[in-house]
Amino acid sequence: MLKTILKRILQSIPTLFIVITITFVLTRMIPGNPALTMLGPQAPKESVEQLEQELGLDKSKGEQYIMYLKQILSGDFGRSYSYNQSVVELIMERVPNTLVITLTSLFIALILGMIVGIVSAVRQYSILDYIFMVLALIGVSMPIFWMGLMLVLLFSVNLGWLPAMGMGDPANGMWDVLSHMILPCFCLATIPMATFARITRSSMLEVVNSDSVKALRARGLKEGVVIWKHALKNALPPIVTVLGLQLATAFTGAILTESIFSWPGMGTMIVSAIDNRDYALIQGVVLFTAIVFVAINLIVDVVYTIINPKVNYESGNGGR
Amino acid sequence: MAKQNKMPNKELMGADAHSQLVKRERRANNVWNKLRRNKTAMIGLVIIAFMILIAVFAPLIATHDPNAIKPSETYLGIGEKGHIFGTDEFGRDLFSRVVYGARISLIAAIGGTIVGGILGILLGLIAGYAGGAADAVIMRLMDGMLAFPFVLLAIILMTILGSGLQNVILAIGIGNVPTFARVVRGQVHIVKNEEYCNAGRVIGISNLRMLFCHILPNTISPIIVYATLNVAGAIISEATLSFLGLGISQPTASWGNILRAGRDCLNTAPHIATISGIFILVTVLGFNLLGDGVRDVLDPKMKR
Amino acid sequence: MSKELLTVENLKTYFFTASGVSKAVDGVSFTLEKGQTMGIVGESGSGKSVSASSIIRLLPKIGKIVDGKIEFEGKDILKLGKKELLNFRGKDIAVIFQDPMTSLDPVFKIGNQMVEMICAHQDISKKEARAIAVEALKKVGIPQPEKRMDSYPYELSGGMCQRVIIAMAVCCKPKMIIADEPTTALDVTVQAQVLELLQELQKEMNTSILLITHNLGVVWKMCDTVMVMYAGKTVEYAAAETLYRNPMHPYTWGLLDSMPKLSDKVKEELKTIPGTPPDLRLTGTGCNFCNRCPYAEEKCRAEVPPLVEIEKGHFIACHRQNKTEKLARGEGKKNG
Repeated sequence: MLKTILKRILQSIPTLFIVITITFVLTRMIPGNPALTMLGPQAPKESVEQLEQELGLDKSKGEQYIMYLKQILSGDFGRSYSYNQSVVELIMERVPNTLVITLTSLFIALILGMIVGIVSAVRQYSILDYIFMVLALIGVSMPIFWMGLMLVLLFSVNLGWLPAMGMGDPANGMWDVLSHMILPCFCLATIPMATFARITRSSMLEVVNSDSVKALRARGLKEGVVIWKHALKNALPPIVTVLGLQLATAFTGAILTESIFSWPGMGTMIVSAIDNRDYALIQGVVLFTAIVFVAINLIVDVVYTIINPKVNYESGNGGR
Repeated sequence: MAKQNKMPNKELMGADAHSQLVKRERRANNVWNKLRRNKTAMIGLVIIAFMILIAVFAPLIATHDPNAIKPSETYLGIGEKGHIFGTDEFGRDLFSRVVYGARISLIAAIGGTIVGGILGILLGLIAGYAGGAADAVIMRLMDGMLAFPFVLLAIILMTILGSGLQNVILAIGIGNVPTFARVVRGQVHIVKNEEYCNAGRVIGISNLRMLFCHILPNTISPIIVYATLNVAGAIISEATLSFLGLGISQPTASWGNILRAGRDCLNTAPHIATISGIFILVTVLGFNLLGDGVRDVLDPKMKR
Repeated sequence: MSKELLTVENLKTYFFTASGVSKAVDGVSFTLEKGQTMGIVGESGSGKSVSASSIIRLLPKIGKIVDGKIEFEGKDILKLGKKELLNFRGKDIAVIFQDPMTSLDPVFKIGNQMVEMICAHQDISKKEARAIAVEALKKVGIPQPEKRMDSYPYELSGGMCQRVIIAMAVCCKPKMIIADEPTTALDVTVQAQVLELLQELQKEMNTSILLITHNLGVVWKMCDTVMVMYAGKTVEYAAAETLYRNPMHPYTWGLLDSMPKLSDKVKEELKTIPGTPPDLRLTGTGCNFCNRCPYAEEKCRAEVPPLVEIEKGHFIACHRQNKTEKLARGEGKKNG
């Protein structure tokens, strides 16, 4: 198993390299002169040139790329001009806020989604199954930002039960923190929950109708044990794959959700970075999330080998 | 021998019963008929047809000029003064804007899927069929692109390209290339080693002919399924970009930028955001329903 | 107390599919006595496995037992409640399926699965259950049973897996074992070993075995009685010895003829039964075998032949084989 994991880690190195390169190419393609943007349109020509020199913008693209690579490898993501702070610092400041809502909502989504999916699979074609699956389909079709707006409209504007903006302050007590989290988390959890429900159902259906489960039933095991222990463990691999994908898409969701609820996380930061044409910050955030993505994929693969012992037996190829 | 046993079989069950059974089975196995019996697919198809009709006949359906500004009639409610969905912040007729928005949103989504689909299919075919270095280079590049959250990638592309319908299509298209390539490559890998492909190689069919006449047709069902579901995602992508102010810019109406405008007046005129969102949701739902249905029909493994 | 362990009477199991009702098992009756082995033979799709699944009431959702009676030690199986059924499966009747690889849960260790099953049927601690499991593994001839307890199924060969399954089956000392083609998925060399193992265990524990197979050679070796099934119906049912000496149904003849014999002259052509079994949605108007039977005549197409006892303990369902009419084997081939 260790060998498989090591192999996967090595495999992700070229991907990381490509990610860094794509980021470089894309950010250089953004129109406009970063030095000019930083100093403002009225800046004297000399100071613009001086700044260009400082940033290495006067050098050839090749040299810039090498410089950039060196910087990244030494952990230096540059400096944001709009916040006047190092990009790494900014990211580290914001990441926890984003993680709080994404992880909370994903956790809720995973648990509820799996329960719904299992119940649906066990009672295939029942009314409950239909209701769950129609809801799940609406869930996956939901534009997350619209959902966010509707939540604000209903719970903040019309009912006035929950705050629509910002993050709570622990100094104001638990409720303040929680109440600010409810709407963003609800919003972020909807799509993953629906996705988990659907994938769990289809994966469970495949397992429940298999010979394996027939044999388990023939052993006289209780239906609960057959379904919740054996069938579920057999049905896990696709769910783990989707969990990985959802961890990734949750970030996308977070960008939108945060901007709707003014949640001070990575999402609001990238939106403002784009508005301000803060290239170093855009580059840093993009690169950071891409690296996190690659890492998540890696972790998913490792988890795969653990829950499905057969994967590494079949030359480590079964998991993909 | 096959013929021999068909005959007596017929005798056994009576010619009528047998031919009826055969007919029934043949009819039941036709893809279109299967699709027609699939309720999910049909509901989806009806929704999509409805939206496409709206988009195509927008000039006939719209009650007002979607871009006509009337400062005296801003933020009218639903049904007020002959405006079916009311008006927006510039006094433009919301119903007409939603109708015209259907055009832009559907063109962007379907166009984006086609662009991404063509590029992705080509890359996937090459990677899957050629294997070796070409495969490694293409797929690593695709992995790299997939490492960017779709919205982030699209945001950067839109920043580079600038707003506008063509650029939205391009951004959505590029964002969709990697997954298409992956789906196709995986499928090619399965098909490539089938008996009939080996047979084709033995009799010396050219590579191009092999790719386009034998491999591509056999990979088409998952591509269709994926593409249908992808349109659903692309509608949301367009709306997302426009919602963030990077996609279709005013005054051209798209569901996404109507929603963006609606956000700013959520307190005073909630119907603007509500209505445009419902159109997005229903259309996406339609494509998802159709995609699910088509998958059930084309992929017997999934059908239970 | 009677010697009968299992009595099946006029069992009918139908599958309700979208395109019609498939009569998978259409009126099957037999009895199995204590300590005896009965074989069910027939082609694939003849309803052997469905009969077995019906006995433990483990049918897919579209399958329903529409008629008949199944009695096990005087208990009506079709009337068992949920809980009783769980105790009946595994404890009273153990099942060994065709593919050992899919009958063990691939993601749990063998030991866990055995302990789990033992604890489900016996009120003992996990430690005791583990001891029983190790003992059972030893009994079925698995080397290093302690170590094997911690293996995953995929780490074992097919033959070893089948032994594990047999071990698991005997752990709860069942009164009857249903073996559904237990050797089909195994290497030829391992097949005999597995069958011998079954026989040994049977002798030791006085279990009954219901052996489902398409291999008549296995039947002669293992069984006391045999039932030949075709398209959901019993066509011939007799003691194994009787059937060996005096098979009477044309279908049984066909099965026997298609068995390759070592004593046959070299290069003799292998005989087959021409044609394919009928569609199970359309059976029930005549003799199901008539389209492939060289002896078939008008009556066979029009009327369902009843199962009659032609001599003591020898049942046969054929219009042309009864007390008044006799066929000579091979006679039909000239005109058929």
